[in-house]
Amino acid sequence: MEPLVPGQVRVDRLRRRMIIVQILGAGVIVALAMAPYVFEPAVTSQWIKLFYLITLATAWNLLAGFAGMVSVGQQAYIGLGAYGVFVFNDLGLDPYSSALVASVAIGVIAFALSFVAFRLRGGYFAIGTWVIAEAVRQIVIRFDSLGAGRGRGISDYTADPVLRNLFTYWLALGILTATLIGALFLLRSRMGVALQSIRDNEVAARALGVDVSRAKRIVFVLAAVMAALAGSVICLQQIGVQSPSQMFSVSFSAFMIFMVLIGGIGTLEGPILGAVIYYVMDLYFSQMGLWYLVVLGVLAIAVTLFLPQGIWGALRARFDITLFPVGHRVVAVPGPRSSSPAGARPSQPAPRTDPQTDTTAASARTEG
Amino acid sequence: MVILNALVQGVLLGGLFAMAALGLSIAFGILRVVNLAHGEIMTVGAYLAAVALSTLGVNVWLSLIVVVPLLGVVGYWVQRLLLQRALSLGELAPLLVTFGIAIIIPNALIELFTTNKQAIPTGDLAVRSVQLAEGLRIGVLPLLTMLVAVLLIAGTQLFLARTRSGRYMRAAADDSETLRLMGVDHRRVYAYAMGLAFAIAALGGVFFGMRQGGVTPFDGQLLVLFAFEAVIIGGLGSLWGTLAGGIVLGVAQTLAGVVSPELPLLVGNLVFLAVLVLRPTGIVRSKVVV
Repeated sequence: MEPLVPGQVRVDRLRRRMIIVQILGAGVIVALAMAPYVFEPAVTSQWIKLFYLITLATAWNLLAGFAGMVSVGQQAYIGLGAYGVFVFNDLGLDPYSSALVASVAIGVIAFALSFVAFRLRGGYFAIGTWVIAEAVRQIVIRFDSLGAGRGRGISDYTADPVLRNLFTYWLALGILTATLIGALFLLRSRMGVALQSIRDNEVAARALGVDVSRAKRIVFVLAAVMAALAGSVICLQQIGVQSPSQMFSVSFSAFMIFMVLIGGIGTLEGPILGAVIYYVMDLYFSQMGLWYLVVLGVLAIAVTLFLPQGIWGALRARFDITLFPVGHRVVAVPGPRSSSPAGARPSQPAPRTDPQTDTTAASARTEG
Repeated sequence: MVILNALVQGVLLGGLFAMAALGLSIAFGILRVVNLAHGEIMTVGAYLAAVALSTLGVNVWLSLIVVVPLLGVVGYWVQRLLLQRALSLGELAPLLVTFGIAIIIPNALIELFTTNKQAIPTGDLAVRSVQLAEGLRIGVLPLLTMLVAVLLIAGTQLFLARTRSGRYMRAAADDSETLRLMGVDHRRVYAYAMGLAFAIAALGGVFFGMRQGGVTPFDGQLLVLFAFEAVIIGGLGSLWGTLAGGIVLGVAQTLAGVVSPELPLLVGNLVFLAVLVLRPTGIVRSKVVV
């Protein structure tokens, strides 16, 4: 490998790996889309839950893991997403289009609410989002047309349960796909570099000219839209909202935080892994009743304190693997002025010329 | 007269909110930790008092002598064992740890004590009241709560300003590294501050339980939001501000209650959000330490 000489380096965006990821990802998505033709509806309807869990975890991870905003109020948008289905369904749209239209409307609401929430920082931001979620719930349940405090069902819905399940499955898969692709391209974009720099050091990012509040606002709105879409999927799957306090429950935040922490905060792969782990745990342990939530809380604390990079972070640190290439690599351009012999690699590369300056990996070091 | 009555009751309710907010304010002021489990600690305090009463027959006032120091000790060790480690991991970790605690406590309480209200009877104190004017009576318990809140705030203020431990806490808030250079273990100072915050939370929780006639596992969530709203409305960094914030919140809630019994929580939240947008520094301009 060529030594790294200033002026003779180029930044590798891992384009080749990105192409492989795109091909493999497309294959997985097509396979999943075909799954209802192979598996029983009982099986695929279970997967809907996994899909919206991954969507929720990815959204929360964008907020906390990349933009540094710990929100415990995402249930506001989950609930609004669910109720948005009713609103637009009542206006004559079919439930699936209602879900999509509602998510756009909720994006606008989140944009407005961001001006309130961004008055607060750090821990007070977290608790402020919680208040906003409570206020939103209290407003929603004042509408009798939305079932007030009792919840309601979707009035105009696909009658055939198999078709209904199929459409919801595809919608959930589509939302998941859009979320993951959106997050991947967002993080690979210029904005993604800004976000990762904000995550690592907000003050430094600001000093380098990153428009921090603009980046944060975009992520806040995106995360709200993703949460709203997940909420509408929950509503479609349950054919309505059983109780508003469940739809606006702070437990959703607990689940999201658990999934992201267990999997690995600040990586794209971590929340997916965390969601799968949570999904499996939920299958086997949810009959424990509320002790199950107690266990989740204990595990979340233990992971925060003793495995802050999460399972994926630990795996990556050990085996140097990434599924989604969002990093950068600085590589040498072979040039005539290069004096040292080819293949010679500095034994202790200085941080700035580290050939593996995958920004994601670098952050794992600075945060630990 | 209805409005005046609501105003007076709201002001007194503010005393309770201020008591709830004080512990949150101390934890944030000194440790920069926003304790999302603050309301749950208050609930635990009230539960301990309720259980002491129902199983051992101990009077509420007597149980305070045990419950308050007990939760102070718990706070000390939570800080030393969990939060101190979290603080060294960055900004997110302490928040996530306290949120974990906030999830553990109510669910464990439901499993242990069901969702039923655990009664905290106070005999005739709950119903006794003083008549100020025709149609304007104030309860002895709310008055007492207000009095205790004011004394607590004044006491905390004096403690931080005048005593050696208080000075250490202010120093740890400003610059814990330098405090260490002066030969003071900042971790212990932090732990004492958290212990103080927990103890005050327990006291506030018991007063809340007495006012409500009991405590449920869901109260913690409400309380942490009330406490936080009082802190922000009053203005970060001012202890007397939390009293003002608590009073504003209390008055907003009781006035809304006059209009409709369903409105108090919503109006309280909206007043908070309005203050946040219109006057993010809070209503009391602060120059005070914590």
